[in-house]
Amino acid sequence: MIGMTLIVKTITDFVVGFIIVFGVYIVLYGHLTPGGGFAGGVIIACAFILAMLAHGKDVAFSKLPEKAAHIIDSGGALAFLLIGWFGVTVGAFFMNAFGRGEVFRLLSSGMILPLNIAIAFKVSSSLFLVFSALAIFRRRSFRAMIEDELA
Amino acid sequence: MENITPQLYALLVFMIVGSVVAIETRNLLSAVISVAAVGFALSVAFLFLGAPDIAITQLVVEVLVLIILIRGTILLDNTAVESHRDTLAVVTSLIFFGLLLGFGAMIFGGRGFPEFGEPVMRVSKVYVHTGLPATYCANIVTAVILDFRAYDTMGEASVLFTSILGAMALLRRDGKRKEEEVVAA
Repeated sequence: MIGMTLIVKTITDFVVGFIIVFGVYIVLYGHLTPGGGFAGGVIIACAFILAMLAHGKDVAFSKLPEKAAHIIDSGGALAFLLIGWFGVTVGAFFMNAFGRGEVFRLLSSGMILPLNIAIAFKVSSSLFLVFSALAIFRRRSFRAMIEDELA
Repeated sequence: MENITPQLYALLVFMIVGSVVAIETRNLLSAVISVAAVGFALSVAFLFLGAPDIAITQLVVEVLVLIILIRGTILLDNTAVESHRDTLAVVTSLIFFGLLLGFGAMIFGGRGFPEFGEPVMRVSKVYVHTGLPATYCANIVTAVILDFRAYDTMGEASVLFTSILGAMALLRRDGKRKEEEVVAA
């Protein structure tokens, strides 16, 4: 059987959605409450890593394929730069060009919310990629290394 | 604000004990778990100090690193480490540390250090006083790292991007070549 026991799998299926929702909350409210793009992104990555540990890599990669993770990773970094470049329209790089809105509202503080979202996309996909690289590719290459050494 | 020093001292003692255990233990898995315990204690310490942003990040990253390190440790067959003391390395690093302190005192000593416990607050004052009116951001930590210091955050993001790129390049190549070999065979 791939992955862990039925108990772990059931609990994982139940919990993963809540973890992702909590991560999204941490990201979206980063400019109002403690948290932000990095912490929320790590929480979302943890949800995918939990799925990978419980169900094996095939299920996790069917939810978030490796190629898509690469694209999201690069896209997040690019979006960060583009939001920065948007500030050039009002003056300088990383100037707050968006409307500031009203304090203590969700849609306030201009570019901080989009920047948080970009960072969250970037961090979550890249940490997922690192874990998959360390957990899957490493094992294969490590075994190959030992076999080469024995041969 | 109530006095939190006893709790902080207890956490610090716990962290020092955990670090010593992590260094001295022979088993790699025990060392990883001790390091994780130190990290969790650090997260609680941040919470006591009134820094929930850093506490959340520390906690979450600690969990992730613990998972990755345990995963990596379990894959190794021989997790017992033989410790050997390298006296030369210790002496060299101590000498270099002393030289660093000496040169630092030479360079910065002339201008005069600020008094202990009274750091130079020129930049922080601007952040605190103009943080809300300039950014309309209720969480001042986010206001600082994404508005005042957005360049800094961009640097962090590029560091993360480059490290992921390097890790994928180093770890992937072997796996891919193996697959191609299997297909070719």
